[in-house]
Amino acid sequence: MTSANTAHSVVEPSTGTRRLAGSIVVLYAIITMIPLVWIMLTAFKSPDDAISYPPKVTFKPSLEGFCNLFTTRSRQTPDFIRSLGPPQGLCDSIARSRNMVVAGPSNYAPRFVNSLIIAFGSTVLAVALGTLAAYGFSRFRVPLKGDLLFFILSTRMMPPIAVAIPIYLMYRTVGLSDTRLGMILLYTSVNVSLAVWLLKGFIDEIPREYEEAAMVDGYTRFQAFVKVVLPQATTGIAATAIFCLIFAWNEYAFAVLLTSGNAQTAPPFIPIIIGEGGQDWPAVAAGTTLFVVPIVVFTVLLRKHLLRGITFGAVRK
Amino acid sequence: MNELSASSRIAYRAAMVRPGVARRIRGLSDRTLAWLFITPTIVLLLAINIFPLLWTIYLSFTNYRANRPNAPVIWLGADWYQSILTDPDVWAAMQVTAHFVIWTVVIETVIGFGLAFLIDKKFRGHGIWTTIILLPMMLSPAVVGNFWTFLYQPQIGLFNYVVAFFTGRDASSFQMLGDVKLSPWAIVIVDVWMWTPYVMLICLAGLRSIPDYIYEAAEVDRASKWRQFWSITLPMALPFIMLAVLFRGIENFKMFDMVNLLTGGGPGSTTEVASITLKRAAFESWRTGYSSAFAIILFVSVFGLANIYVKALNKVKSR
Repeated sequence: MTSANTAHSVVEPSTGTRRLAGSIVVLYAIITMIPLVWIMLTAFKSPDDAISYPPKVTFKPSLEGFCNLFTTRSRQTPDFIRSLGPPQGLCDSIARSRNMVVAGPSNYAPRFVNSLIIAFGSTVLAVALGTLAAYGFSRFRVPLKGDLLFFILSTRMMPPIAVAIPIYLMYRTVGLSDTRLGMILLYTSVNVSLAVWLLKGFIDEIPREYEEAAMVDGYTRFQAFVKVVLPQATTGIAATAIFCLIFAWNEYAFAVLLTSGNAQTAPPFIPIIIGEGGQDWPAVAAGTTLFVVPIVVFTVLLRKHLLRGITFGAVRK
Repeated sequence: MNELSASSRIAYRAAMVRPGVARRIRGLSDRTLAWLFITPTIVLLLAINIFPLLWTIYLSFTNYRANRPNAPVIWLGADWYQSILTDPDVWAAMQVTAHFVIWTVVIETVIGFGLAFLIDKKFRGHGIWTTIILLPMMLSPAVVGNFWTFLYQPQIGLFNYVVAFFTGRDASSFQMLGDVKLSPWAIVIVDVWMWTPYVMLICLAGLRSIPDYIYEAAEVDRASKWRQFWSITLPMALPFIMLAVLFRGIENFKMFDMVNLLTGGGPGSTTEVASITLKRAAFESWRTGYSSAFAIILFVSVFGLANIYVKALNKVKSR
């Protein structure tokens, strides 16, 4: 940051402008992070610290939120608790300090597993179908190509609740309601439109000459697709997969309307974690934190392709 | 060496064969392959999107109720459509939706474009800060709605504390989610927090697409920075801004998850956006026929508005 302004082109902003712009953006970034950081702090607070006024910034860290997230507890008389043996593990001793005993595991772990299975299942399916279709649209002359592509995109414009009404009836008839398979198929159908549009963009960027050269060398079209195009499209496929994964992981509307127990994912479950006398905020915050951490990691991994993903490939740079 | 000559021999032979014949002897034809690749996707979308849509259209003309599957189904014609379009409650919901969509889109566009403009100055570390700013939009709307409920708690919430700290009011004197006047703004604030980065990212792409030489030419012509902004920056970034507005507009017209968790449409029906009215009709009072008709009306509105907007967008782009 020297004062050698002459070395820059005339359109380069001055050092002062840059500093000012930088400080405003950093200020915005810090303000926007406060809610997220706050919820992560709350995850490590005891219930009393979490609801204290004024809000506590410094506090004694506690794992009670995580314990309450993963266990169910029942209130007992102090005499009964004294008659039990020594507490088993950290969560049990925290519970006993509040005159409770751990009664068993909560539903959070199975909901989290459901989220994992449904998100990964639908992502694999959507990306597989999407890659094939995208290659087809990218390389072959398909009749009504524009209309088909628009049709695929337009399925995304339907309000989720509008889709949920007939899906609810359809799944009830064929026995798919509240099943993981049903949710995987539903999320696949939502994600496949994104996958086709994104991957078509990525495959369009791979020069046709590569496959043509391979086909001249005696590969069939299919072999050329598998051995030449797929390796070239790896980055695009990975980016698309992460977008599909994030959508399925975050989805709430279908999950809350179409699942009740068996196939319920984490998003509809986290808000209904209730403690004694109202919502158990540290447990909710702990559930939120565990749920959000993978997304933060993925966002960092994906930062170069974010723009493309959120605009269905409409903006590429 | 040997390999090279082998492949060149194949190439030579391939060049000698007529193209049609070559295709036939090399596995599946392109046409078969094209349909083989595209059909699974189309079939899935037909089964999970189009068939249900057709079913919804059928149901919207009947008195069917999902909680009474065995009751006789009566054909009602366009009765539901007529009653929905003349129902003051539906229009109230549409007004709530319009308030939400317009304010969120306007505020997000202004802040988002402003941020993009500043980030485009390429200060030191702008990459890291941009990634940090982008985080909220990647989160689950359900989780966001839920933890903002916590921040909005009148007694213990951080939001009320911060507002009280800066305005000197009592933190428990106002309820963001419980007050008829404040709750429509409470949902706008959360949406702005979550989706401003989205608009920012698209605007940033727009600003970066403007080539430097245009500014250089303007400098040569001694155009002021102010003039450069209005005559170069804004018009050239406009298609991108409009794209962001289009995407946000459609998404917020359909808004359900975040509002459902923040207010559930309350207090009363002050934040009852169209999707929540639809959910209440479909999954709480089980008026399936009525809600199907409402769903179709919403879908047609989104679709129609989006089409008009895309036309305008193309006009701007081709300018």
